Amino acid sequence: MKLQGHAVKYGDNISTDLIIAGKHTKTLNVRDLADHAMEDLDPSFGEKISGGGVLVAGTYFGCGSSREQAPVALKEAGVLFIAAKTFSRIFYRNAVNIGLAVVECDTDAIDEGDILEYDVGSDMLKNMTRYRELAVTPLPEIMVEILKEGGVVPYIKKHGGF
Amino acid sequence: MHGQTIAEKILQKHSMDPGKPVKAGDILFCSVDFLMSHDATAPMAIRAFENMGGTKVFDPSKMVLILDHATPAPYERIANLQSMMREFAREQGIPFIEGGEGVCHQIVVEKEYLRPGDLALGTDSHTCTYGALGVFATGVGSTDMAAAMYTGKSWFKVPETIRVNLKGTLGKGCSAKDVILKTAGVIGADGANYRSIEFYGEWIDRASLSERLTIANMVVEMGAKCGFPCCPGLGISADADARYLMEAEIDLDALEPMVARPHAVDDVCPVSEAADVVIHQAFLGSCTNGRIEDLREAARILKGKKIAEGVRLIIAPASRQVMLRAMEEGVLATLIEAGGAVFTPGCGVCVGTHGGVPADGEVVLSSSNRNFKGRMGNNKALIYLASPLTIAASVITGRITDPRELEE
Repeated sequence: MKLQGHAVKYGDNISTDLIIAGKHTKTLNVRDLADHAMEDLDPSFGEKISGGGVLVAGTYFGCGSSREQAPVALKEAGVLFIAAKTFSRIFYRNAVNIGLAVVECDTDAIDEGDILEYDVGSDMLKNMTRYRELAVTPLPEIMVEILKEGGVVPYIKKHGGF
Repeated sequence: MHGQTIAEKILQKHSMDPGKPVKAGDILFCSVDFLMSHDATAPMAIRAFENMGGTKVFDPSKMVLILDHATPAPYERIANLQSMMREFAREQGIPFIEGGEGVCHQIVVEKEYLRPGDLALGTDSHTCTYGALGVFATGVGSTDMAAAMYTGKSWFKVPETIRVNLKGTLGKGCSAKDVILKTAGVIGADGANYRSIEFYGEWIDRASLSERLTIANMVVEMGAKCGFPCCPGLGISADADARYLMEAEIDLDALEPMVARPHAVDDVCPVSEAADVVIHQAFLGSCTNGRIEDLREAARILKGKKIAEGVRLIIAPASRQVMLRAMEEGVLATLIEAGGAVFTPGCGVCVGTHGGVPADGEVVLSSSNRNFKGRMGNNKALIYLASPLTIAASVITGRITDPRELEE
C-alpha cells in the first residue's frame, strides 16, 4: 500500500483545536469538517493539500482533545498520510483507526513541496526529491493490520471483532 | 520480575490472559468495564458502530451517554445530533444523561459508576479524571469507542509510568490547580505522552476527592494516557518495587499561585510574573475546577465585592448537583451579586462550542484545563489558566492578581 504526495509543512504542537475548532465538529458530514481543516492556522491549507498532499509537522502533532473529527477532517481534505517527529497519543490512534497513516520520523529532512513516498508498515519514508530515506518508528502489528484494512470499521467488519 | 505500577496491574487484570504478568510496552487486548461518550463525539461513534455491523452494544449497563458539550442545543444541527443520541440510548437500553445535568466527568463521579481497579474508556481526553477513583481511564476517539461498544474490548499499549513526588504541603493562596500547573511546567506538555503518572506525597495523602480530581483531570495536558493521585484511600496501589521511567520532585512548600500563559499549558509562571495583565473575561467552571469546593473558594473572596468594570465573569457549575448545593449554601448568590453570569452546567464555554466566546484580542482567565489557540471559539483571543482563587481575585481588580493580596 504505497502512498505518494507532496509535503505541506507546519511546525510543532499543532493542537486538535487548530486542526478543527470545537465549534465546527458538530456534524456527521465529513465534507463540512474538511472545509474547516487547519483554517485557524493556514486559510490556504485546503488548496495546498488538495490533489493528495502529505501533512508534515514537528513535535507533538494533534495534541489536546480526543475529537476524531481532527484526523477525519484532514483525510477528507486530501491528506494522504501525516509525517511528524512525534504525535499526541490519542490523535495517533484515531488517525490509524480511520485509515489515515501516521509516520513518526525526523521531519527536519523534509521541505515544503518535497515528494514523499511511504509504503504502509514499512520502516522507511522515502524523500524522492532529496533521494533520502528516513527511518520510521515501527507501528505495532495491530496498527499495521488496521491500516491495511482501511481502518477499524472495515477491520471489524472483516474479522468480526479484534 | 520487578513489581508493577498501577497501570500495569489494571491492564493485566483486564487482559485476555490475566495470569500472565505484563510490563510497560506490551500490547494487550483488554475487556473494558465502562464506556462514556458525549454529544461532541458519540454521534460519530454511533455511526461507526452501525458501519461496522453493530446492532446491539455488548452490555448497555456498562455504558452511559451524556449531553454536555452544547446544551441546551444552540441550533438545529446540534439538536438533531442530540436527538439521534437519545434515540440510540433508548433503543439500546443505555443509561442516558440529559443536557443540563452537567459535565460528563463530574456526572460519572457523582453517579458512582466506577470502582477502583476498573478499566474505563471515554470519548473525551479528560476521561483520565477517573484516575482519582483508582480507575485506569483514558480518552479515545469515536471509532475506538464504537469498537468497544461492539466487542466489549479494546487494545492497549501498556504505558510506562512517571512518578511525581510532591514534597511538603500547600501554602496560603495555593490549590490543587497550582500544583498541576506547576507539574505541567516541570514535565512539559508532551513530557508524559503515551505514559501514566503516579503522584505521591503527604499533600496527596490528605487531599480531598475534589483536589485529586483536579490533579488527575490534567494529566492529559502532559500527554498522559492516565494518572493516579496515590493516596491511602485510592483502592489500588503500585508495588513498592514498581519500575518507573523517571521521577520528578516538586516542592509544594515553595509553590506560589500559578498561571499558564497563552497558548500552552506548560508555559507556566507564578501569578506575580503575570500580574500586570488586564483581563476581559473570566471563566469559573469545567471538569477541572467547577465543583462546589471551587465555587466556595471563589465566593469566599468575592463575598460583598464587585467584579471590575470591563470584566465579565462566567460561571458554569460542573453539575446540577453542584449548582443546587451552591444555591443552598448561598455561594451562587454571592457570585451573582458580585457580577457573575451563570451558565447551564456543561462544557460549552471551556471548549468554545456553546457560550462565552471571547472577542478578538481579548484576554480570558479560565479555571479550565486547556489554553490552546482557538480553544474557546476564537483563535485571536488569549487564554490564561489559573485556580478559582486566582480568578476570584483577578475579577475584582481587572488584572491577573495573586489571591494572597486580597485574603486577609
